[in-house]
Amino acid sequence: MIRIADLSRRAGSKTILEPINLEIHRGEIFTIIGPSGSGKTTLLRLIDLLDMPTTGTIVFDGTDTAASNAVRLSIRRRMAMVFQKPAVLNTTVAGNVAFGLKFRKVEKSEIYSRVHEALDIVGLLHLEDRKAVTLSGGEMQRVAIARALVTRPEVLLLDEPTANLDPVNTDLIEKLILAIHKKFHTTIILSTHDMIQGQRLADRMGVIVNGRIVQVGSIHDIFYRPQNKDIARFVGIDTILKGIVNSNEDGHAKISVGDAVFEVITPFRPGTQVALFIRPEEVTIALKDGDLPRTSVRNQLTGKITKMVPFGPFVRTTIDFGPHLTALVTRRSADELSLSVGMTVIAGIKATAIHVMPDSA
Amino acid sequence: MSEIVSGFFQAINLIVTLNPEVMQIAALSLFISLAATIFAAVISIPLGGLIYFHEFRGKRVLIVLIQTLYSVPTVVVGLILYLFLSRDGPLGIFGLLFTPEGMILGQTLLIIPIMTGLVIAALGGVDRNISDTLISLGATGFQAIIHIVREARLAILSAVVLGFGRAISEVGVAMMIGGNIRGATRVLTTAIALQTGIGDFPFSIALGMILLLIALVVVIILNLITSGLSFESQVALGGPRT
Repeated sequence: MIRIADLSRRAGSKTILEPINLEIHRGEIFTIIGPSGSGKTTLLRLIDLLDMPTTGTIVFDGTDTAASNAVRLSIRRRMAMVFQKPAVLNTTVAGNVAFGLKFRKVEKSEIYSRVHEALDIVGLLHLEDRKAVTLSGGEMQRVAIARALVTRPEVLLLDEPTANLDPVNTDLIEKLILAIHKKFHTTIILSTHDMIQGQRLADRMGVIVNGRIVQVGSIHDIFYRPQNKDIARFVGIDTILKGIVNSNEDGHAKISVGDAVFEVITPFRPGTQVALFIRPEEVTIALKDGDLPRTSVRNQLTGKITKMVPFGPFVRTTIDFGPHLTALVTRRSADELSLSVGMTVIAGIKATAIHVMPDSA
Repeated sequence: MSEIVSGFFQAINLIVTLNPEVMQIAALSLFISLAATIFAAVISIPLGGLIYFHEFRGKRVLIVLIQTLYSVPTVVVGLILYLFLSRDGPLGIFGLLFTPEGMILGQTLLIIPIMTGLVIAALGGVDRNISDTLISLGATGFQAIIHIVREARLAILSAVVLGFGRAISEVGVAMMIGGNIRGATRVLTTAIALQTGIGDFPFSIALGMILLLIALVVVIILNLITSGLSFESQVALGGPRT
C-alpha cells in the first residue's frame, strides 16, 4: 500500500528522521512505537504529505507522491490524519465533521447523511449541533476521528490518539479504532509511546528510537526478540546479561555469565560474546528450601533479594546472584512466599524464555 | 469653575436640541472615518493575509516596520500627504487638498498599518493545528486560507473597529488635509481645537461629548466581539491582561 524508501527529514542542521525504509500493507494496523521525541509525528506527517522529506520517496499504491502538488493533494485526499492534540474549528460538531467532504465538493444531501453516519460510529450523534469548542478532550478526539472517517480514507493515520486522555476515554478510542478497522478494512497507521497499547491494537510494529526505525516485526518478535538493547529496554526487558557461549550441541547452548551458567536455545558458536535478554515476567521465584518443577525450568539461580518495588498489582523484585536479575511477581505470590529484602531465593528461567543476541559492545 | 458647569449645560442643550451645525459636523466625521475604515479594511485584510501566509526574506523586518507605524504621528502623515496633494505636488492635479475625499485618503493611509498589523496578529492567533487539520482533510491551499481567515474573523473584526477608533479621533490629517473649513471639511476633532481656541467652550464640550460617545460605542462593540474570542487572540489584541 505504502512503500517508503530512504525517507529522511532534517530541519536546519538537526536530523529529525534518519533515512528509513518501510512498507505498510493494505488493511493492516501498523503501530509506530517509540519514546517521546523519537520522530513518530514527523514520520506520520511525511506519510500524510504535510511536510516534504529531505531525502527519499513515498510510493502510495504504486504512485510516487513526489510527482506534483496536484498529485500530492489527490493522494492526501485518500488518507486522513488524526492529530495528537485535536484542533476543532469554531463551528458545530457536524460542521467540523463535514469539512473533508466540503473540500471534495460532495453534494449537500450526501454530506448530511455521511456526517450522520460518521457521528453515529463515534457515538456523538446527540451532540451534532453543539459548538465543537465546548467539547471535552475525549469528545474532541472522537470528533477528529469522525472527521477523518467521513471521507472514507483508504489509510487512516492516528498520531498518539490517546496520549492526552484518561483510561476510560483511552479504552473507548481503542475500541473505536478496532471497530473502524473491522467495518471498513481501513489501513491504519498509529503512533504511540505505550507498548501495551501497541500490543492491543497492532498487527505489526515499527520501533523508532532517536529518529531511526530500529526494528519492524510482529508484536511477538519485538517483545521477545528485540534486536538491540535500546529496544529491549523500551519493551520492558530489565535484565540484560553479558556472557560467553561455552558449548553448543544442536542449539542447546551453555552460556557463562560471571560464575553462573545458563542453558539457552541459540545457534551461536562457542566463544561468541552474547547478551541475554530476560523478560521480568518470565522469571519465577521459589523459596530456597521449596521445590521447583525441575524438568522444564533449566536455569535455577540462587541469590539474595536486594530490592522490591511495587508495580501495580505486581512487585518488581531484584535478585543479586553475582549479576542482577529482575523478576515480576504478583503481589499475591510475594505475600504467600513472604518475600522480603535480604531473603535468599531461587530464581527460575526456562531455557526458551531467554533471548540471545550477539553482544556488540 | 462656573464656566465649566455652564458650558456643560449649554453643551447638553446643543445636543438635545440637535443643533444643526453640531449634527452636521458629527455626521461628516462619521462619514469620513467610516469611509476610511472601509477602504483601509479592503486593503489591510488581504495585505495582512498575503504577509501572514507567505514566507519571504525580510518578513520579520516588515512586520516590525508595520508595528512601528501603529504610532506614526498623525501630523507626519498629514505633512507628507500635504506635500503630495498640494497644487505643485505629484498628486496636485486631483485637487484633493482641503476636500473630504483628501481626508478619507489621509485617514485610510493612517490606519492601514495598525489594521494590517492586527490582521497578521489575528491570523497568527489561530491554532497552528487548525491549518494542519485543514490541509490533512484535503483542503487546497486556497480553501485552507479561506477557512483560517474565517476562523480569525472575530479578531479581524476587532482590528477593523480599532482602526475606526484611530481614524475618528485623529486631528493631524483632518486639520492639515481638510483645512477645517466650516460646512465642508470641519470634523469633530478640528472643530473642538478651533472652538476652544476662540473660547466657545459649550460648543467644544458638546462635540467632545459626542466624540466620547462614539468612543464608548466603539469600546462596547469591541467588547462584544472579543468576548467571543479565544484567550490567546485577546492577548494578541492587547486584550485582558489577567
